[in-house]
Amino acid sequence: MRRHLLSVDDLTTDDVAVLFATAAEMHDVQRRAVKKLPALRGRTVINLFFEDSTRTRSSFEIAGKWLSADTINITGKGSSASKGESLRDTVLTIAAMGVDALVVRHGASGAAQRISEWVDASVVNAGDGTHEHPTQALLDAYTLTRRLGDLADRHVVLVGDLTHSRVFRSNVRLLTRLGARVTVVAPPTLMPSGVEAWAKQDGFATSWDLDAALPHADAVMMLRVQRERMSGGFFPTAREYTVGYGLTRDRLALLGDEVPVLHPGPMNRGLEIAADAADAAQSMVLDQVSAGVAVRMSVLYHLLAGEEPA
Amino acid sequence: MSETTDRPLLVRGATLPDGTRGDLLLAERLVRATGSGVDAGAPGDAEVLDADGLVALPGLVDLHTHLREPGREDAETVATGSRAAAAGGYTAVLAMANTSPVTDTAEAAERVLDLGRAAGLVDVQPVGAVTHGLEGQQLAELGLMARSRAAVRVFSDDGRCVADARVMRRALEYVKAFGGVVAQHAQDPTLAGPDACCHEGETSGRLGLPGWPGVAEETIVARDVMLARHTGSRVHVCHVSTAGTVEVLRWAKAQGLPVTAEVTPHHLLLTTDELAGYDPTYKVNPPLRPAEDVAALRAALADGTIDAVATDHAPHARHDKEHAFTDAAFGMVGLETALAVVSTVMVAGAEGGPFGWDDVARVMSANPARIAGLAGQGRPLAVGEPANVVLVDPSARVRVDRDATYSLSRNNPWHGRELVGRVRATVLRGRVTHAV
Repeated sequence: MRRHLLSVDDLTTDDVAVLFATAAEMHDVQRRAVKKLPALRGRTVINLFFEDSTRTRSSFEIAGKWLSADTINITGKGSSASKGESLRDTVLTIAAMGVDALVVRHGASGAAQRISEWVDASVVNAGDGTHEHPTQALLDAYTLTRRLGDLADRHVVLVGDLTHSRVFRSNVRLLTRLGARVTVVAPPTLMPSGVEAWAKQDGFATSWDLDAALPHADAVMMLRVQRERMSGGFFPTAREYTVGYGLTRDRLALLGDEVPVLHPGPMNRGLEIAADAADAAQSMVLDQVSAGVAVRMSVLYHLLAGEEPA
Repeated sequence: MSETTDRPLLVRGATLPDGTRGDLLLAERLVRATGSGVDAGAPGDAEVLDADGLVALPGLVDLHTHLREPGREDAETVATGSRAAAAGGYTAVLAMANTSPVTDTAEAAERVLDLGRAAGLVDVQPVGAVTHGLEGQQLAELGLMARSRAAVRVFSDDGRCVADARVMRRALEYVKAFGGVVAQHAQDPTLAGPDACCHEGETSGRLGLPGWPGVAEETIVARDVMLARHTGSRVHVCHVSTAGTVEVLRWAKAQGLPVTAEVTPHHLLLTTDELAGYDPTYKVNPPLRPAEDVAALRAALADGTIDAVATDHAPHARHDKEHAFTDAAFGMVGLETALAVVSTVMVAGAEGGPFGWDDVARVMSANPARIAGLAGQGRPLAVGEPANVVLVDPSARVRVDRDATYSLSRNNPWHGRELVGRVRATVLRGRVTHAV
């Protein structure tokens, strides 16, 4: 594996297989009464979060702690630019304390990559703007793999605000890499620019019609839609969005009860996902959260402890 | 400050823009003799510049320079920017108004003029703001700036668009009284807001960067073209970046409307592909565009649809670029490399570009001087004309080094690239302002 995890593109399919195998072992650790492993004892992992996040930050924090790393959270809202300090100065200051890994969440696309050019520590991208969120895609694919087995030729439908979604960008890259057939669904205003060319090149499908895509799905991933998007003119009302693109009770029935439903959270119940769907037996939402810790343990382990099995 | 050199200057054996070979005798601020055999009649005390193998062009004129003084003297000053301009072959630059404070009064314009005269390396002609504080609402003191010692004729809110159609209309009408021109930064803020930083297309979609669609430029240019027709006043379009804008300009010129346009060196060569690594060196406004736009811009420059090359030299302190891409400052330096880029793209080229050196003189000297109304600049190298000359080695291959610069800033997108063509000497009214 490379020194940093900035994008799903940093991983070969072999890397992914190794990460998943380790994650499965870590997943077992979660069920033990005593969860701590000594693997990263003496290592320091800093969660550097420039943007609010409860679940991702906690997930990384627990992952680090269960591997016995010293884990510290640094949070600061807003860009460093607004505080008059350059991002480089902010990051070098923290790195100078003696850090083995920086887990970075930042509101600007490409921020983790910039940071990786300035520091010796390993950098894990925990979400950069609307670009990528590679550990989320890993935990989603891991969750799907445990449920469906090999993802080759399985049909995964991603629905939601694709334009503003880093989860979409990481997932479409990883799922196509793993051989899944992917269809991404959104109204035209929430489709990323140039997605047609991109889809053609990377081998996935796009659609404005959720009802046409759902009957062939092996899995459905609903993405969060922020209500603020209405003021940007991306769609007229929440009600209209739900009718067109929400996973409603009717659509859930259409899916059948074997097809797993994923959502990276936080969910807008009643907007992109009905309560019936969120709480259905086929909902994987809490499995994703639990897998998140295991996958992040695996990522930290492989970046910091080397390639040997745990 | 003396504007004359102590000694006459004999430029010997230069290739003139039309391709002929000859000498130039420069004395007392003017070209005194041209052609062959000037050598023999030159005064004995004349300083000799051996121009064998070099091309002589009239001194270059930049319609679009950010000198950052007053306000950001850590990024550039009028003096350092003037030195960089001279090194780039320029004898005149138009200093954009988006300084701090903004050049929106006669006093502010005269201050920039005086700083330029004190530096004494190029004519620094202030551009006046169109609106007070670049806020896009109330007209700046356009008439007082025009009447000032700075004799401002070019007005621009560059960095921001005069987005309100009514304000743009009034500005165009108003500047007719003194032969002014409004240079528009065409960016509809409702289609491309302050965060927009990447050409909207597949690259912005993949990278997750806020898109800056070409249509945000094209709709403003189309509107301004119609306002030029309605008011009969002159519009100049800054840094044209898209093929769609070229289409609009082509139509406007076919109608004979008083519309001119410039293109930057970077939009003639660099594409949106450079953004893949999120390096803010390539963050510029308007953004780098796809190769199809680059091709259209070159063709438009070649056929005269675009009148001029202007640098949009935009120096920034290092720490203002050391951010994530969307948080970093817009802009790149360009004064010292502009001629080499134009030479590489339009003259030398892999297949040989469409330009002769007379075309370079047209788009980098004569046309910009005419657009800006600078009488003593952009003139041909002929007897009785101002002795503003740049000598270029047309075949020199130069690998650009961002640290080898007279600018205070290093945000240089050409760093490490090889360009063809090197400025060897610049002469302002008979005085050597740069020589290597």
